[in-house]
Amino acid sequence: MILADIAFYLFASLMIFAAVMVISSRNPVHSVLYLILAFFNAAGLFMLCGAEFLAMILMIVYVGAVAVLFLFVVMMLDVTVTEAKQGFLKYLPIGGAIGLIVMAELIFVMVSWMTNPEFLETPLKASPMPDLAQTSNTKALGLILYTDYFYLFEVAGLILLVAMIGAIVLTMRERVGVKRQNISNQVSRTREDVLEIKKVATGEGINL
Amino acid sequence: MSIGINHYLVISSILFSLGVFGIFLNRKNVITILLSIELILLSVNINLVAFSHFLQDLVGQVFVMFILTVAAAEAAIGLAILVIYFRNRGSIAVEDVNMMKG
Repeated sequence: MILADIAFYLFASLMIFAAVMVISSRNPVHSVLYLILAFFNAAGLFMLCGAEFLAMILMIVYVGAVAVLFLFVVMMLDVTVTEAKQGFLKYLPIGGAIGLIVMAELIFVMVSWMTNPEFLETPLKASPMPDLAQTSNTKALGLILYTDYFYLFEVAGLILLVAMIGAIVLTMRERVGVKRQNISNQVSRTREDVLEIKKVATGEGINL
Repeated sequence: MSIGINHYLVISSILFSLGVFGIFLNRKNVITILLSIELILLSVNINLVAFSHFLQDLVGQVFVMFILTVAAAEAAIGLAILVIYFRNRGSIAVEDVNMMKG
């Protein structure tokens, strides 16, 4: 078990370090890269908790899609580094105070919760975890996701659809002055529209 | 002392506080605010996975998937708004967002 403990502390400390760097880094590109590091370490923590499927989903969806989307936007927007960091010290006291208060409250809640360990043996379980030696985490998750939580799953798909349509509608624009291919115009051109045959008399030329 | 649920909860509370702190610290930079929101959602996910593991209840992991879905949708919409805002105004400073006088 000592190996698992070391792995936990390694992942946790790296994740906290990466989170600190996300909010304190001067360059937004560095922030996004540290966010990717934080997600990798969170995937490691998920792995230690036995949530293999979620760890993989976190890598694929977050690192592969969301973080790369952030990177694209950061590079596309061309934000200068210096203008983004004005007022950094101005908000440090109030931000630090609020962050510390939130953290202290959360830790108080957890410390008081630690005195009630019998809560861990509560028999009220919505769907108890199966024996992981017999069935994999992914299969067990799928068995309840597609049965008990089927409607929520469908709604999640609808949310993604709405987000996709919304992002396309927001960012699409009609540019003026750009020559585009118009296929129906091309196909409906006839010989009479575009071609004119003139008889040119010898020695006289032609007026166009 | 082996790793209990409290270790995970303390880690996630530190991460949550860092996210809140980041929102206050980087008031001028919308991108960092969005990244801080991602950190907050990640801390919630760690909470849910830890409870799911230590209570031996699989529902927490199902809800982590839904949170991931909503977070991905939120990131996509937020970045789309950011792109059109930058296209219209030429900057992404939060303090310039005053067209609606809200």
